Amino acid sequence: MTGWQALASPRFLVSSWPWRSYAYLFSSVPVGVVTITLLFGAAATSAVLSPILIGLMLLPLFPLFGVLIGTTERFRAGLMLVDGIRSPHAAMPAALTVRQKLKFRRREQASMRALGYGFVLGVFVWPFSLALAGLSATILGVTVLAPVIADGDEMGMGPWTLDNAQEGFLFLFTFGPVFYAVSSYLVGVLAAAEASLAKAMLGPRQEELQRNLAELRRSRLDLVDAFETERQRIERHLHDGVQQRIVGLTMTLGLAELDLPEGEGKRLVIKAHAEAEAALADLREAVRGIHPRVLVDLGLEAAIREVADRSPLPTTVAITLPGRLPAPIEAAAYFVVSEALANVAKHAQATHCEVLGRVDGQQLVITITDDGIGGATVGGGSGLTGLVTRLDALGGTLVVDSPPGGPTRLRMECPCQLGD
Amino acid sequence: MPTRRLSIVLAEDSMLLREGLASILDRAGHEVRDSVGDAETLLAVVRKDPPDVVITDVRMPPGHSDEGLRAAAAIRADFPAIGILVLSQYVADAYLSSLLESTTGGIGYLLKDRVGHVAEFLESLDRVAGGGTVVDPEVVRQLLARRRNDGPLAALTPRELEVLALMAEGHVNGAIADQLVVSEAAVRKHVGNIFAKLQLDDGLDRRVSAVLTYLRG
Repeated sequence: MTGWQALASPRFLVSSWPWRSYAYLFSSVPVGVVTITLLFGAAATSAVLSPILIGLMLLPLFPLFGVLIGTTERFRAGLMLVDGIRSPHAAMPAALTVRQKLKFRRREQASMRALGYGFVLGVFVWPFSLALAGLSATILGVTVLAPVIADGDEMGMGPWTLDNAQEGFLFLFTFGPVFYAVSSYLVGVLAAAEASLAKAMLGPRQEELQRNLAELRRSRLDLVDAFETERQRIERHLHDGVQQRIVGLTMTLGLAELDLPEGEGKRLVIKAHAEAEAALADLREAVRGIHPRVLVDLGLEAAIREVADRSPLPTTVAITLPGRLPAPIEAAAYFVVSEALANVAKHAQATHCEVLGRVDGQQLVITITDDGIGGATVGGGSGLTGLVTRLDALGGTLVVDSPPGGPTRLRMECPCQLGD
Repeated sequence: MPTRRLSIVLAEDSMLLREGLASILDRAGHEVRDSVGDAETLLAVVRKDPPDVVITDVRMPPGHSDEGLRAAAAIRADFPAIGILVLSQYVADAYLSSLLESTTGGIGYLLKDRVGHVAEFLESLDRVAGGGTVVDPEVVRQLLARRRNDGPLAALTPRELEVLALMAEGHVNGAIADQLVVSEAAVRKHVGNIFAKLQLDDGLDRRVSAVLTYLRG
């Protein structure tokens, strides 16, 4: 609820809003006086000290002063705006030092806006508030006290002169409600206008709101991207380093087998050869879980075909993509299909599975359908939970439709581009 | 032991594997005429003096994508007589189908892991040099898993598929009979059935054609 909405309400006069308005207007006086005093004080100090440079060094403090004014005033505006005013300041990276944090705030446009508001508050707002609210409070006060004052003294009220308490009461009951109504609306309008001014100058601008949202999205994307890059680095290391070495080892062992005479020595070398090959197979499996090479080299379509080929279940793949997609998107889609096919093989008791993929407008859409028993969920310890988070960061979704008795259908959608 | 001494050009960007391969080939009595680390040099040395066989990695500098494969296709176009053995780190359909586009000349597709089985590797090399087709058993296994439901192969019995798979790996009837522990006559009967069921082109060697049908699905 805001002051304007309260003014429009038929219950305004019997609500707390007239009194909130008075409180808001009167509280602007001390804040405004302190603000303008400090502002002029600081400006004068820096002007006086400018020859010895200290004055100039004070200048960067002004925007920070703005931050302080903004904080105070947003708090005070809570009187008139029940929802308050959201801070326009950007969230700061946690790793900054105090000094860096101050610099960050100082450079924000919102800080300068708040400083400007402080000036308006100190020069115009509080004197105006005091004049209007003071005048109307005085008139109301005098009207309420009219019977008392008129009882002891003769009291001039416009064209009338009140001589005694009865005339005082007559005046109070005749004009009191009118004065209260008129002054309450006037005060309410002024207070609501001031609160709107505060909100306009101290609240977040549209672009600041969007920036916060964009920053949030970007930082999540960065995280996904960094994660992806790291996986690729590990994969490359395993592939080009460790795997090559083991292949080299099997080659040497293979040569040794040819040279050795039959006997215990040859038997051991053959055993070692088999073990090296098992290590190679394990490594291949591990690499596949980290970031499959075929995905890097040939893209999503080839990688999904490869997963489907490895699946113990007959799997039809029909994917048409216009070209390569950004790496984090390809990876997320690949792991969704990979995990889904693994789940189908493990739990679905299906005889056939189908993977369809296409780009629909700007969305990559992949569906995985099986003819199994159904009853699947994304949660419940399946590896899909983590993938949902990953997709979410890319702006994508994963929907599972799996009625008991089947069939199960997984539908993954993801924008084809990173960022907005 | 090799039927003949082959002159070989080796293209592999990993020094370790290049040296390992060279020593295996050397040990088998072949001549490794050049060993190079990228596709461009490979094409240059082959054009200067064509060898009997080219052994190349799929991925090579500068792009580390499919340079070796493209070089292989270029060599096949210019020198159909050169046997080409492609080594890959993983099974990828895309690689296989681009290799099998040509139906003449020796061609091979092996996983790198296979090189450690020295005797088998050398046998594959001989077959490629002799104009045969060699496909890695792992590749065959994956293709087999996929194609049991549809396509022309659906008509074959499991035994006939087994025989065809071994044909695709490059084995002759005698070797297939040994592996399946049946008589060579039985294998011939299966092969005859396979040819009949697949309705093959008359223009091609039927054995090659059957294998291609199999590999392409």
